[in-house]
Amino acid sequence: MSTSNEVTGADSAPDDPGAEEPAAGSSARAANESASEAATGAPSGTTAVPDQATAPDTPPRDVSDGRPETSYDAHFRVWRGDPEGGRLEDFTVEVNEGEVVLDIIHRLQATQAGDLAVRWNCKAGKCGSCSAEINGRPRLLCMTRMSTFERADVVTVTPLRAFPVVRDLVTDVSYNYTKAREIPSFVPPAELAPGEYRMQQEDVERSQEFRKCIECFLCQDTCHVVRDHEENKQSFAGPRFLMRQAELDMHPLDAAEEQGLDRKTSAQEEHGLGYCNITKCCTEVCPEGIRITDNALIPMKERVADRKYDPLVWLGNKIRRRS
Amino acid sequence: MTQVERQQWDVVIVGAGGAGLRAAIEAREQGMRTAVICKSLFGKAHTVMAEGGIAASMGNVNEGDNWKVHFRDTMRGGKFLNHWRMAELHAKEAPDRVWELETWGALFDRTKEGKISQRNFGGHEYPRLAHVGDRTGLELIRTLQQKVVSLQQEDHQETGDHEARLKVFQECTVTRVLKDGDEVSGTFCYERESGRFFVLEAPSVVLATGGIGKSFKVTSNSWEYTGDGHALALLAGAPLVNMEFVQFHPTGMVWPPSVKGILVTESVRGDGGVLRNSEDKRFMFDYVPAVFKEQYAESEQEADGWYDDPEKHRRPPELLPRDEVARAINSEVKAGRGTPHGGVYLDVSSRMSAEVIKRRLPSMHHQFIELADVDITAQPMEVGPTCHYVMGGVDVDPDTGAATGVPGLFAAGEVSGGMHGSNRLGGNSLSDLLVFGRRAGLYAAERAAARGAEERPAVDETQLAEAVAEALRPFDPTAEAEAGEAGEAGEAGDDKPAENPYTVHQQLQRTMNDLVGIIRREEEMAGALERLAELRARAARAGVEGHRQFNPGWHLALDLRNMLLVSECVARAALNRTESRGGHTRDDHPEMVREWRRANLVCSLTERAEVGTGERATKGDTTPGRITLRRREVSPIRPDLLELFEKEELIKYLTDEELTTE
Repeated sequence: MSTSNEVTGADSAPDDPGAEEPAAGSSARAANESASEAATGAPSGTTAVPDQATAPDTPPRDVSDGRPETSYDAHFRVWRGDPEGGRLEDFTVEVNEGEVVLDIIHRLQATQAGDLAVRWNCKAGKCGSCSAEINGRPRLLCMTRMSTFERADVVTVTPLRAFPVVRDLVTDVSYNYTKAREIPSFVPPAELAPGEYRMQQEDVERSQEFRKCIECFLCQDTCHVVRDHEENKQSFAGPRFLMRQAELDMHPLDAAEEQGLDRKTSAQEEHGLGYCNITKCCTEVCPEGIRITDNALIPMKERVADRKYDPLVWLGNKIRRRS
Repeated sequence: MTQVERQQWDVVIVGAGGAGLRAAIEAREQGMRTAVICKSLFGKAHTVMAEGGIAASMGNVNEGDNWKVHFRDTMRGGKFLNHWRMAELHAKEAPDRVWELETWGALFDRTKEGKISQRNFGGHEYPRLAHVGDRTGLELIRTLQQKVVSLQQEDHQETGDHEARLKVFQECTVTRVLKDGDEVSGTFCYERESGRFFVLEAPSVVLATGGIGKSFKVTSNSWEYTGDGHALALLAGAPLVNMEFVQFHPTGMVWPPSVKGILVTESVRGDGGVLRNSEDKRFMFDYVPAVFKEQYAESEQEADGWYDDPEKHRRPPELLPRDEVARAINSEVKAGRGTPHGGVYLDVSSRMSAEVIKRRLPSMHHQFIELADVDITAQPMEVGPTCHYVMGGVDVDPDTGAATGVPGLFAAGEVSGGMHGSNRLGGNSLSDLLVFGRRAGLYAAERAAARGAEERPAVDETQLAEAVAEALRPFDPTAEAEAGEAGEAGEAGDDKPAENPYTVHQQLQRTMNDLVGIIRREEEMAGALERLAELRARAARAGVEGHRQFNPGWHLALDLRNMLLVSECVARAALNRTESRGGHTRDDHPEMVREWRRANLVCSLTERAEVGTGERATKGDTTPGRITLRRREVSPIRPDLLELFEKEELIKYLTDEELTTE
């Protein structure tokens, strides 16, 4: 995995996740603050005023282009390269009111870098394709509004660090698809025909929370178990797929146990649940706000612990294995 | 000649959304080795964007529901232009397709009895949409994806190879369906990541590529919706039907500009949301058309009573079919009663508690907070029409999904035409994907099984060479354009510079949006056809920088061919149909005309553009020619299905002649 490490090691971009993470919460708050400003009707917040005074002078643009005051030129640094290596490239690019980082990347494609590679799809935060790192923080490009930055900020966009680079902002996320295949699937209850399933809303809600996952793999990218330890990928499914096991385990009608499959033990012994030391980084980056650690991983860990130290379970396991 | 890797499969499925994955599951379960090829990553298809639900008359919330009621609603929604057989199969099979999802692990919202909950939606007489909050499409795609994985796990256990019988080629694009004589022999594809070409040989190819929205400027559709399957079918010699019918969803976001067009689910209205203009008036009461007068409320009081007691009240007019609501919003804005950003208000904040809104419409709440700084529990949303869905598509056999005229080619889902007539009801798309995805997979498998290994159609070398040349043209566009455009635009020999594909695309989107959009006029559409011809000439010169590794400029340059072909179909058919019906509204022909209900407009490609005919086999000359349009009479609705309607209602749609020949 030397290639993806080079990505962030290549430059002095603010790419230290350790340093970024505490700041992330406050930048989100700042985002909300600027959001409420806009909602109160001030054209684009008070911070914009000094910028506007200087903006026409700095960029070499035609001042008579009739751009509204909410439009400005931003300084972007975008990582460009391939598995052989690459670098951060500087761009000056127009930003308009209400835009998100993905809009700016698209503008770069259309006007300055036609072959700039980026994955995207729905542009509405529903498909989880446009994952990347913005100023060192794993985020969806389509859900990161430009208004969360000051006009003078340099916005640095780099590919997901935990996965090998394919080109520019596109990484090879096949690790995730490999892990998905290793998780035993839902086992339908043998005695129920289609249409006979009965479940109460409160019983499906726990698993439903995890099924909100859009598979953006930001949690996989940020999880320190693999982010800086390529060697752990073999034995660690990552938060997304440990959560998938919790989802199936909490499914009211999953019949895995009838087939002798204990999902908790499997998560612990085969998929690396034990590596997780509940730092909650995954929960922090989840664009769907799923409480991965609290609601999926910790309960799984607790049940694994219960099972391990419950003498009856222990005895049961011994007997069942013998048969 | 370029060496191109070839693989042999039984069934190839183009597209991995709801229809494609359902088809793949079926073909694999029939024992066929099945390849799925999709432009995005596995699990990202546009189906994830579907919000409201899957329509299926399970009768879990109102026992009065059954397939006949669903059939009736579907036909009404489509203004009786639907292929009645597709509407019948759809209504009958939808419940089984939904229940089956539960056995694969889907978790729908529940009723108090623990059954699958069902919600109200525009045009549906009873609460009918199985749903998961407002993220039903995600649940559908994930369930199908996980079912695919579970089949792969079975194969792995048996053969040691996950992909022995079912493989997903993700981030790959098909640019040609290859043929051996009349019948399908496979697909020509490139891998987006490496730019590498390859061929999947198969006697059955299922198109499940979705829609065409990316030809329009304001759309709820993702980048994948470039009409690939529509164009592939045309290029392979299969006709398209009903292309004039494009659905503009009434409620897309209108602000900020960068998110203009993103969908605001119809569930907002199904759950009680109301539309108001800048004068705070619930204007939909003024827009109930004559054909629907009996079914919709006339006062706010009556409309509000319906949510709790639907037996004694008529439905709120906010729940009219989408075409009606979209036109109404358009009229209000035009009349100067729009919001500051050119939409109307859609309000749930005054109708439900914040807690209920967050539970029932979580992604809408999230979407507006994140993208527009609007808290929908406290403020109304601003919404306006957005290009959402194409009713038209590949002309197929209703039972099997087989494309007309090209043995071995099948189509299912949005890329196929007929099922929804002139307008699709909300919720009928997800069920369409499952019902007809399964059918196409089944019959594609049947066809493949009938062909032994020795009698498989062969890949034609000339076609292959042409497909390679066509795909490489954007890297050297001007050299090829002279040969390719000579007959097309009469500008042979002009030393014109290469075109930026992004610029051509933007102009195409503007042309379609402004001239063949929600309200249409003859002169504008004629103008659009001229501009499309110019754009086609320019697209042939689309050039790109860089190389073939994950090069979005190149991908777009290739997609332009498809968008231009499909746009021409839409414009040509829309110009021809001199009436207004469903997703086709003519300012100069505002009335629905009963005689027109008997006509399908069928688009096919003019002869000379076909590949491999040998006629114009010069390097790279595969520029699509113009579209030929013909009128075809629809097949008469089966009498027992007609009997499901009151005579008074049929009179509004059917000609006297049709009514008397019963």
